[in-house]
Amino acid sequence: MPAIINLLFSIHFVHGHGCGDLQAVRQGALKVSKNNDEPIVKIRSLRFAHGTRVIFDGVDIDIPRGKITAIMGPSGTGKTTLLKLIGGQLQPNAGSVVVDGEDVNKVSRDALFRLRKRMSLLFQTGALFTDLTVFENVAFPLREHTRLPESILRDLVLMKLQAVGLRGARDLLPAELSGGMARRVALARAIALDPMMIMYDEPFTGQDPITVGVIMQLIRMLNDTLGLTSIIVSHDVHELTMICDHMYMISGGKVMGHGTPDDMAHSESGWVRQFMSGLPDGPVPFHYPAPDYADDLLAGA
Amino acid sequence: MMGWLQRLGSTSLSVFERLGRGNLFLLRILAALPSLVLRPGLVIAQLYSVGVLSMTLIVISGLNVGMVLGLQGYNTLVDFGSEESLGQLVALSLVRELGPVVAALLFAGRAGSALTAEIGLMKATEQLSGMEMMAVDPLKRVVAPRFIAGIISMPLLAAMFSAVGVLGGFFVGVGLLGVDSGAFWSQMQSKVDLYDDILNGVIKSIVFGCVAAWIAVFEGYDAVPNTEGVSRATTRTVVHTAFAVLGLDFILTALMFGDE
Repeated sequence: MPAIINLLFSIHFVHGHGCGDLQAVRQGALKVSKNNDEPIVKIRSLRFAHGTRVIFDGVDIDIPRGKITAIMGPSGTGKTTLLKLIGGQLQPNAGSVVVDGEDVNKVSRDALFRLRKRMSLLFQTGALFTDLTVFENVAFPLREHTRLPESILRDLVLMKLQAVGLRGARDLLPAELSGGMARRVALARAIALDPMMIMYDEPFTGQDPITVGVIMQLIRMLNDTLGLTSIIVSHDVHELTMICDHMYMISGGKVMGHGTPDDMAHSESGWVRQFMSGLPDGPVPFHYPAPDYADDLLAGA
Repeated sequence: MMGWLQRLGSTSLSVFERLGRGNLFLLRILAALPSLVLRPGLVIAQLYSVGVLSMTLIVISGLNVGMVLGLQGYNTLVDFGSEESLGQLVALSLVRELGPVVAALLFAGRAGSALTAEIGLMKATEQLSGMEMMAVDPLKRVVAPRFIAGIISMPLLAAMFSAVGVLGGFFVGVGLLGVDSGAFWSQMQSKVDLYDDILNGVIKSIVFGCVAAWIAVFEGYDAVPNTEGVSRATTRTVVHTAFAVLGLDFILTALMFGDE
């Protein structure tokens, strides 16, 4: 597959030229092979609240290295918040979030920034810089963190864009891209520094079936080709069961179940079964809590 | 009564909390400024959008204010037969007061509101979060260059406002109303002091530039990240800058010219 060849070439190319800046950034990714059994993300007794609303109440999650892990749950259950907690953008009220052996809430700001160079977060909106072209958006992290010669930087950016199929769109501005293209550009930017882990926030939402297929293929291909760890936050059950290796289901501030897609499909938990099958009623009730129906109607008589 | 007191207390706490947050934000910007030494390109780009793009407004406004000053000043001075002092009146009014103050108010309306909207929208569209997740500090990359560009631009714009204003006064006074050209310039030259008038005016404009840029970037960074939040933040930038500039102008004027 040309894209895979290009990605492999990208890694070989840069290492072969001894570009120290980019190699230093990649050190974290190389550590993946050193302690493969240890989860890359360990969340323990996580408690987080927005004001009086408790989002997570004693959550334990392990994200295995080199796998695609899906975090699923109903809308508003705190899936995006979980990604921000892993990225150190939010501070939990209690518990720990350890990424590649470092507690993101206890390390210094500099250490947190060094850690973030080894992880990427693909935002639901893409979060592309609207005043920069596609090329400059992808080049942004390289320009910020490396001092590569312009010719090598150009080649690297074109390789990343080739991997997501948008090399021809390099001169477009984000406003000229479709939603799916914007996410692919954001994906190219996310892999610019060859991170050890990519977090995807609702990557399939609002996309047409072809784009969903393209994004699914890219996530799987990049994960396997670059030896990444991927975390996907979504509620698209069908798509996730096709590409992920492990699943967590969260709701009401708790982990409701976890396992392989097959485990989840045959789970005995009523809640998990309801979510996986998309049933309108079950442990998650169809009706918002209300007084007895008959009493309510008769009260107005 | 209790409810009124409660609201007063709550509002006061909220105001002081925001003031504290703004001051901490300023300290973080100041700490980020040294990093710009290695990246002058970021500041130059902002000098263009904050300073150069504000020039048209400043020049046209300065010209009009100078022309009005010339007209009004002439009408008053001619009653006392001292219309030759028109150059002095126009220059002192502009250099001491109108240049720094009006330029700062225009700066808040043109560049300050644009800075707030830009940073606020970057926050609303998760560009600032995206930057943080790419291990790039938005304070160093986005906020500090805009802040320093505001501080550099403001005195230059105020000087431009005053210079063009003087030309406007000259055009009306000498060109249209017949004041002697030599008297206009010589009166100005003899009565406008480099340190007492011009330097104090420059100091004022630097202070106004600091305050206007600080308010603009803080409001943008602190905006509620949605359409209404950015809209409110933009309005607050213009209103708060106007209050701050006018209040500081009185204090600075009292300190600089109070004992004359």
